[in-house]
Amino acid sequence: MRLRRLKALALKEVLQIWRDPRSLVIALLLPFTQMFLFGYGINLDLKHIPICTFDREGSQQSQDLFKHFQASLYFAIVENVKTYQEMVTALDRGACSAGVVVQPDFSQRLNDTGTASVQAILDGTDDNTANIAWGYAAAVVSSYSNDVQVAALDRQGRTLQQIQPLSVQSRVWFNEDLVSRNFIVPGLVAVILALVGAQLTSLTIAREWERGTMELLVSTPVTSTEVMFGKLLPYLALGWLDAAFCLVMAALWFEVPFRGTLFALFLTTTLFLALVLSIGYLISVLIHSQVGASQIALVVTLLPAMLLSGYVFPIDQMPPVVQDLTYLMYARYYVTIVKALFLKGSGIPELLTPILFLVVYAIAVVALAARAFRKRLT
Amino acid sequence: MNGSEISDPQIAAEDLVKRFGDFVAVDHVSFRVARGEIMGFLGPNGAGKSTIIRILCGLLRPSSGRARVAGIDVARDPEGVREHIGYMSQKFSLYRDLTVEENLRFFGGIYRVPHALLQKRIQFAIDMAGLADRANALVSTLAGGWQQRLALGCAILHQPPILFLDEPTSGVEPTSRRRFWDLIHTLAAEGVTVLVSTHYMDEAEYCDRAALINQGRIIAIDSPGALKNTPLGGEFLLLECEALGPTLAALQKGPGVIDASVFGNSIHVLVRNAEQSLTRLPPYLSEKGLPPRRLERIHPSLEDVFVHLVAADLAKRREAA
Repeated sequence: MRLRRLKALALKEVLQIWRDPRSLVIALLLPFTQMFLFGYGINLDLKHIPICTFDREGSQQSQDLFKHFQASLYFAIVENVKTYQEMVTALDRGACSAGVVVQPDFSQRLNDTGTASVQAILDGTDDNTANIAWGYAAAVVSSYSNDVQVAALDRQGRTLQQIQPLSVQSRVWFNEDLVSRNFIVPGLVAVILALVGAQLTSLTIAREWERGTMELLVSTPVTSTEVMFGKLLPYLALGWLDAAFCLVMAALWFEVPFRGTLFALFLTTTLFLALVLSIGYLISVLIHSQVGASQIALVVTLLPAMLLSGYVFPIDQMPPVVQDLTYLMYARYYVTIVKALFLKGSGIPELLTPILFLVVYAIAVVALAARAFRKRLT
Repeated sequence: MNGSEISDPQIAAEDLVKRFGDFVAVDHVSFRVARGEIMGFLGPNGAGKSTIIRILCGLLRPSSGRARVAGIDVARDPEGVREHIGYMSQKFSLYRDLTVEENLRFFGGIYRVPHALLQKRIQFAIDMAGLADRANALVSTLAGGWQQRLALGCAILHQPPILFLDEPTSGVEPTSRRRFWDLIHTLAAEGVTVLVSTHYMDEAEYCDRAALINQGRIIAIDSPGALKNTPLGGEFLLLECEALGPTLAALQKGPGVIDASVFGNSIHVLVRNAEQSLTRLPPYLSEKGLPPRRLERIHPSLEDVFVHLVAADLAKRREAA
């Protein structure tokens, strides 16, 4: 590899990028819009789930229960209905996702037997929301039940601890407030870089074929490794810019806590960029048309990065075959790394496994791309 | 005269064949080019001129046969060949989104022209192309003739001993073409070996030798003068008339006519004896209601030679098959 040729190629590429608004739009605008769209669009925290109440008793106690629902951040009472039919209509219209029904003998049973049931009717069309709403509703009811119990024990001059010797005190680490954004946004950075990186380089070789400049280039003594690195280096610089932009946005705009070291972040990000840019380059070498290369780069990177990287959908919840497939999805390693760097503050030693996977992957793709580039016409 | 007597050829093709599937693009082509010689490739589009040049540049692998450029086998060591050649492809292949000087600087870097020399070479190329006041203009804004001269400038920036120019004057206006050939002659005078293709027959005059190429075969190769004097078994007449089609048909059976073909608005007639036909043809045609407007003897142009050699070649091959 000759430094002189590398410099000539890199400089030429920089000039072309500078004069081609398309590549600059992909490089600068795409990450920005994607960060906003997905950073805000995907939110797994359910708050203010709309519910309707059907109080068939109308007692002090039933109203107390509903106050618990109202006070909870997770629910918002949007309607108080008078009949079952009204509740069904409200659910059908989508005005609420759940209905809570208190039976006419609620307070009587509570006072007589010390136990009573509350009915929850859930809209199962969105099973995820239904599940979560059910969980939250159970928690609200159980907290109310606790209050009732404490009050009852109080009258007898006893405390809850006396009858309940064991209790669970849970503490969440790394994402203390369980804010889903904290776990989505770092992964989102990985997905965006995978997408944008491959898009950037997917055009470089195809463009030379389409414009006819490749015919002259291959007639010169330039080598395929010189062409590859000469083209990848300017895009690596652009990739750094994108990465810095996305990561700063994650930390400052979306306020995801960053607990790792900048050195580890720089090292792993560079490695990941080198990989995604090489993948785009490989596609560009194989497909001689810009449109084709760009579309293949989109299909190859976007869906797998979205679905199989563990950025939103947990990998250990997938069927075993799909789990095996995710090892091929290079974005998953960087998703793991960025999440760990941001939330856990892990260092290089703890992240050695995903880093090693990335290194092996990058070497394989670079070797493949260097071999695939033929200095011949077909 | 395929150059087999040249002992130290800069370019040598031996029995080159290139097939694309069933299509034979290059059909057993052999020739040699000496140092400092200008070899022209003449023939219609699709004759296989570009394919031969691409093989010689190491861009296509020949299906069979051998080619050596600067003494190096192009199939075995294409990279070795590339150090010695300059190439101008048929399709314009400089970077249109770069300026004149940026293109030259790029190819200077790719060929590793020594820094001390580069500025001088770039200046030379810019002056040669007549682009002194457009050095900072984007290539896309240049007219065709200038683009072609710049492409030549990029091809010779590293002073290669061998130049391959594929249709360098295609689509360029006549004055620019003339100037282009002057440049080629200057280079050849300095010892550069030039292989240049064209579909303008008149440009054969500028070559030391020319090869007539049709359907992937070299059907004649010689100096332009010798080519024009190729014995065609007769003499040529030029005929102008009202109705080209009927006249052409009538001529095929005319007295002393060997062959006739349309050239633009007139007909070129190959006859056994010009003197006799000049007196016998007008009455023959007038009798058929097709009196000629003009009939005179002409020297066959290279195009006449080409047309008749192609026809003869076809007949020979049909006989062989």
